[in-house]
Amino acid sequence: MQDTASPAELMVILRHAPHGSSWLKEGLDVALVAAAFDRRVTLLFMGEGITALLEGQQAGPLGQKGTAPTLAMLEMYDIDNLLVEQRGMDELGLTSDQLMLPVRGVGDAEISRLVASHVLVLNF
Amino acid sequence: MRYAILLLDAPYTSQASHSALRFTRALLARGHDVEGVFFYHDGVHNAARLAAPPQDEPHLVDAWAELAREHGVPLQVCIAAALRRGLLDEQEAARHGKEGASVAPPFELTGLGQLVDLGLRCDRLITFGP
Repeated sequence: MQDTASPAELMVILRHAPHGSSWLKEGLDVALVAAAFDRRVTLLFMGEGITALLEGQQAGPLGQKGTAPTLAMLEMYDIDNLLVEQRGMDELGLTSDQLMLPVRGVGDAEISRLVASHVLVLNF
Repeated sequence: MRYAILLLDAPYTSQASHSALRFTRALLARGHDVEGVFFYHDGVHNAARLAAPPQDEPHLVDAWAELAREHGVPLQVCIAAALRRGLLDEQEAARHGKEGASVAPPFELTGLGQLVDLGLRCDRLITFGP
């Protein structure tokens, strides 16, 4: 996992749950493309966006592919700086052992620092 | 300063397109460089060539095109987001066996790599969304 003090390029913030809209999918697509172009990418799951990481996700009943297979590929793209908003975790009553990937919880103050330290922040 | 604009909502749905357009015009009026406007998510609908709003309302699609013609601002549309929403230029229409194109220059279909490049290259990337 990257040291958050090291120079970082792109942070993608994901704030929407899977299936209900295309925000999560289209946000993840930006992260994957950036990583494919060798950019250092930090992913921050905030609020309902954290639910994307819940174990046992399937394709949506409306024929959506779902985002779990994409999340499972993050490691292949060298996206390993995965952060979750600790306050969101608490509000949703989730613990990290319920999530499909190893993540690090971050508090509000650290989120402020992360937004300031990345060259580009995209919010989905 | 070098600016880029990211627009994530459709025209006539929310204020986002109007605000993005006016902000871009204000930047140019102040002498800033606008290196590109990137249309993503529902923002790709701003490139709809066939948009026909009532004559007494602002024509947002034409306004973007005018901005590009007058100031040389590139109008870049995410191809993946556009295709699934029915926004195809002539080349993509032919490739997918569709009659007629719904996207025309100065809008150009391009990849998300362009968005990342634009955002990292410019001093500021300003996002407009719902």
